[in-house]
Amino acid sequence: MAAAVETASHIRAARRGSIRGSRRKALFWSYFFLVLFVVIFLAPPFYMLITSLKSSGEISAQVNPWWVFHPTLENYLGLLTEPNFVTFFRNSAVVSLCVVAISMLISVPAAFALARMKFWGSATLATGVFLTYLIPESLLFIPFFRIFAFLRDITGIEFLNHWWVLIIVYPTLSVPFCTWILISYFASIPKELDEAALIDGAGYIQMLTKIFIPVALPGIIAATIFAFTVAWADFLYPLAFTTSADQLVLPVGIVTTLIKGDVYNWGQIMAGSLICAAPPLIIYAFLMDYYIAGLTAGATKG
Amino acid sequence: MAEAVMSGVRAPAARRSSLRAIARRKPMIAFMMALPLILLILLLVVYPALYSIHLATLNRSMKRFVGFGNFLFLFKRDTFWMVVKQSVIFACTAVFFKTLIGIFLANFVHTIPTKGQRKWRGMLMVSWVIPTAISSITWFWLFDPSYSAFNWLLAKFFGTAPIPWLGEPLWARFCVILVNIWAGTPFFMIMYLAALKSVPEQLYEAAAIDGANWWQRLWYVTLPMMRNIISITVLFSLIVTFANFDIVRILTNGGPVDQTQIFATWAFQVGIQGNDIPLGASVSLFMFPILGVSAYFILRGVRRRSQEI
Repeated sequence: MAAAVETASHIRAARRGSIRGSRRKALFWSYFFLVLFVVIFLAPPFYMLITSLKSSGEISAQVNPWWVFHPTLENYLGLLTEPNFVTFFRNSAVVSLCVVAISMLISVPAAFALARMKFWGSATLATGVFLTYLIPESLLFIPFFRIFAFLRDITGIEFLNHWWVLIIVYPTLSVPFCTWILISYFASIPKELDEAALIDGAGYIQMLTKIFIPVALPGIIAATIFAFTVAWADFLYPLAFTTSADQLVLPVGIVTTLIKGDVYNWGQIMAGSLICAAPPLIIYAFLMDYYIAGLTAGATKG
Repeated sequence: MAEAVMSGVRAPAARRSSLRAIARRKPMIAFMMALPLILLILLLVVYPALYSIHLATLNRSMKRFVGFGNFLFLFKRDTFWMVVKQSVIFACTAVFFKTLIGIFLANFVHTIPTKGQRKWRGMLMVSWVIPTAISSITWFWLFDPSYSAFNWLLAKFFGTAPIPWLGEPLWARFCVILVNIWAGTPFFMIMYLAALKSVPEQLYEAAAIDGANWWQRLWYVTLPMMRNIISITVLFSLIVTFANFDIVRILTNGGPVDQTQIFATWAFQVGIQGNDIPLGASVSLFMFPILGVSAYFILRGVRRRSQEI
């Protein structure tokens, strides 16, 4: 009896030891692969940074390309004095900020209505919003191209080759998802809160501005980030709809104008790329958690 | 799910007569609030989508109705079938590896102490945060025929001859898929990490006491618990990857000799650059079946998941 108990406790101790051992092993391999993947995943951005600090002489020299031996800021200075690049940046910034504003103005009230008030077809509309989000831009750019030409014939306004045309088309990419995640945030707010507000005599607009927007602020931040990144990073629409150098936004400007001809000024291209990648990276560095919460809420709740 | 969301503040409103007046106006206010969204969806998404079907039935000058003429023309062209094949290879391979690497990375991040998780997750997300067009141009430079930094590494450590990354069809196909995996994996990792956090810790303890090793815990506990979120993410990514444009356009522009062309890039080349808008519209419409099927199953998955919660 005593012996049996003793062996049992021995076995338990041994097993506990092996659990601790396997935990240590799991930790080791986790760190090992994490380091490996971080190196792989960060290699291109690192190379972007390294190249942007090189002079064109060093880029073509036969030395280790993964390191910069004589760092210089001439590529950045060159870009800042290049009027085209400043225009790209300004266009990108204006377009993105307008798209964020428009997306919020459309999706916040709509999400509120869909999450809290029932009206004819509201359930269908909620599903429709989600389906719209799934329609890719590569399906819509050709009809848009034609529609803009068609509108020019009717109204006399030239839509194509103007940067502001992007402010019209980008909301189709941002609004559905913004509305979708805001619906799930608004729906998670306890109903007692709006009952209390109604009893206190608040109208629906006050209910939205005084209760829903402050309480669902994390969701609104997530939606704002999404709208901004979509507008900042998109490539297909500006490539299809804008061509003149003064109408381009950053991604297309960097890819098409800095590469023209046989001379690839890689130092400058990489410097421009880094400047273009910086705003989203900075935003994510500070607000990553909001965005991830919104992203996973969008797919799991709803 | 929408039903559950929509069951608003009816009961208390009905109880109080003073609130009845507001309640009566409610549908109208709600409709006005949703009106901009409805207009946006109808005018800027539904109308263009239907218009593209109409466009696909016109001839090149868009003056004459040709019915299925454009589609029949496409079926007879070898390039079209090559594009179909390449799109399928591109999307399926990329999504498969994104799922696989995403699951492993999420597991690794989940295994380490909570304190450090945020930092590692942040570092792994960089490739996803950088605009795809920008990272594609960086990869293009990494694959550069004469200054490729990869070839330098390979030559230095393995003495390999320079690889023509984007110059040969097979390598070019490999490269576009690689860049897609690189850019898309963090999204999978984030989704799976969130799903992992929702798996009850007791299940792992029970499995560990039963002597399950790391693989068995992953296979028998984690994966079944995450099945729904995995399928949603996979289907969603299938749509996005099928419709991908930036990576192929910048890295290879469809070349060499259209070998890496996928639906979106070929539609762009035919429709915008080749100035044959109806044919381009027909090409892009071929994305629709895969889109419809995926959308159906995603919606079903999301509904089922919201019922679970």
